[in-house]
Amino acid sequence: MNANGKEQSTEKTITLFVDNKKKLPGALLPILHDIQQHFGYIPQPAIVIIAQGLQQTEAEIYGVISFYAHFHLEQPGRHIIEVCRGEACQAMGSTALEQAIKSQLGVDFGQTTADKNYTLEPVYCLGNCACSPSIKVGRKTYGRMSSSKFAKLIKTLSLYQLNLGEER
Amino acid sequence: MTTTLYLPIDTSAIAMGADDVAKALCFQTEKNQQAINLIRNGSRGLFYLEPLLEVQTEQGRVAYGPVTVDDVESLLAQGVLEGNADHPLYLGLTEDIPYLAKQQRLTFKRAGIIDPFSIDDYLAHDGFTGLSNAIALLKQDSNSIVDEIKTSGLRGRGGAAFPTGIKWQTVLDAKTTSAEQQKYIVCNADEGDSGTFSDRLLMEADPFSLIEGMIIAGLAVGATQGYIYLRSEYPQAQFILEKAIASAYQHQYLGDNIQGSGQRFDLEVRLGAGAYICGEETSLLESLEGKRGLVRAKPPLPAIEGLFGQPTIVNNVISLATVPIILAKGAAYYQHFGIGRSRGTLPFQLAGNIKQGGLVELAFGTTLADILHDFGAGTYTGEPIKAIQVGGPLGAYLSESQWQTQLDYEAFSAINAVLGHGGIVVFDNSVSMTEQARFAMEFCAVESCGKCTPCRIGSTRGVEVIDNMIIASQQDSSNEQSVALNELLVDLCDTMIDGSLCAMGSMTPIPVKSIMTHFADDFISDMPVHHAEKVTVKEQR
Repeated sequence: MNANGKEQSTEKTITLFVDNKKKLPGALLPILHDIQQHFGYIPQPAIVIIAQGLQQTEAEIYGVISFYAHFHLEQPGRHIIEVCRGEACQAMGSTALEQAIKSQLGVDFGQTTADKNYTLEPVYCLGNCACSPSIKVGRKTYGRMSSSKFAKLIKTLSLYQLNLGEER
Repeated sequence: MTTTLYLPIDTSAIAMGADDVAKALCFQTEKNQQAINLIRNGSRGLFYLEPLLEVQTEQGRVAYGPVTVDDVESLLAQGVLEGNADHPLYLGLTEDIPYLAKQQRLTFKRAGIIDPFSIDDYLAHDGFTGLSNAIALLKQDSNSIVDEIKTSGLRGRGGAAFPTGIKWQTVLDAKTTSAEQQKYIVCNADEGDSGTFSDRLLMEADPFSLIEGMIIAGLAVGATQGYIYLRSEYPQAQFILEKAIASAYQHQYLGDNIQGSGQRFDLEVRLGAGAYICGEETSLLESLEGKRGLVRAKPPLPAIEGLFGQPTIVNNVISLATVPIILAKGAAYYQHFGIGRSRGTLPFQLAGNIKQGGLVELAFGTTLADILHDFGAGTYTGEPIKAIQVGGPLGAYLSESQWQTQLDYEAFSAINAVLGHGGIVVFDNSVSMTEQARFAMEFCAVESCGKCTPCRIGSTRGVEVIDNMIIASQQDSSNEQSVALNELLVDLCDTMIDGSLCAMGSMTPIPVKSIMTHFADDFISDMPVHHAEKVTVKEQR
């Protein structure tokens, strides 16, 4: 498919998601979740299409997307790694773990590794506070994390497994 | 003979490897030609023992834990399927494990016992008894369900502890703006406080109790639509809740004609998107309406003008999930637990640096010291406990002299602390109280919705003032300067307390001031050198 064709199909898919839910009361968040679930982020054309579908301004849609930490306007890496910064994790050494993870991946919070494999994000509590420190990769939370366990974990998060549909 | 095994499908159990253990169990028993029926239950809340494997025996359920994949082979070889006591992971009958036996489980009485996906299992364990009673009560008098909740003394378990019955009465008495409009029941499942997991545990272990509580709330006040506003950090809870809701529709507990009563109630899960502030009820309503989660000024109260401008109950998961047992066993039964104006039980959550972390449901009136002694078993690291933060990121840090305080709402307010949602985060002596105070301000700066100045700007200034105090202490500045900075921080805290629109800004100073008061010797002086240097370098740039 050429670039133009791909763009058209992206727009079609987004329109479908908008049409699906636009009649719901308070439809914007459910629509954004569907789009991000499908693409991994909110592609730029979505803002115009949603604005038209919900009869709101593009500024309003952008305002909502930018308010919530969960929504990404740029394509993240294949795996989003969220490191908990909450107090229960701090009590179990998460500040040092955070530093170790940053140096292992070579990125800071909000950044994606050069090979586009990992995007690192902070998160404020995963509800796993009795087994802290915690991180989340995709939909899965991991407890009692350490820098050595993390090194092992990222080895298993290879592209090969992604293709088998094991992740995300 | 087929043996029934239980292994939790709870987030924490999975985070500790339960899914892998389940796979290993299935693989190994198939290989051994042993017939098993593996039920993925909710967690009992004994997280230090997860993954906790239970085996159904004639004597009752026998527990083993914490089980790793490597233990599976030896467990099966040593007769785990017969409940054999020889394995080192053997814990005896689950119900007799002291951590569980010493609790007073009301809201969580089914947690870990039933299959969260099975409505039949729920029914077999007194499920929907409260709803039947509620339908019967409603036929007598339209105010009767609300009266029952009032009598029970239940107060909001989200943290604010507002009397639930009074909130319900307000919604019952309020009128919608027109006949086409409806009232709403909104469940606040945006459990963002660090150190808390009771909402998540309940939704993953016993989702039907929340659904039942919401239906009863709907009947009580004449609301016909419910929303569970769930944080996006809880995908497992979403998965389980949505299955449970679909099942409740299938069995006519939701929809147009609930159990032939002619009453209607619809329910839907809505996902948040990573904003702590959306746990504040008015911000949550904005978010549900598809907007930025900016806090609304009160009044009007959500009970009068809530979701889409209509009368709305906004209650926490635990409040709503406690409603069924109140209706099933009567307000007097529930009211009988607790102390003073804090009636019933609170699910405390032992978290952080603790050896035996988990959920501890007890009647109000016990003390922190008792919970630590009876359940905690010391810190995870084995070092002495230095500080305990109770009630989430906006709660006070308590020093040892305060651990005897009775755990009830009033006693905690009297020492300028909050019980909040019942989170107890333990820190050992390696903690830097300065870092914790600084983090309280930093967290507020990250998560403030930005609507009011004291919270938005105050939190950033708070971080700066604490940084300046650290720099001043390193440069051996005059005592005068330190005193001035200290006064500035106190003044800033007071401005945030008095001037903020909601609890985010007005409570952020609670942890900060608690550290300044009760850890005065540590505050500023205990900043780790590497961190202090970073602050100094940043300032010089």
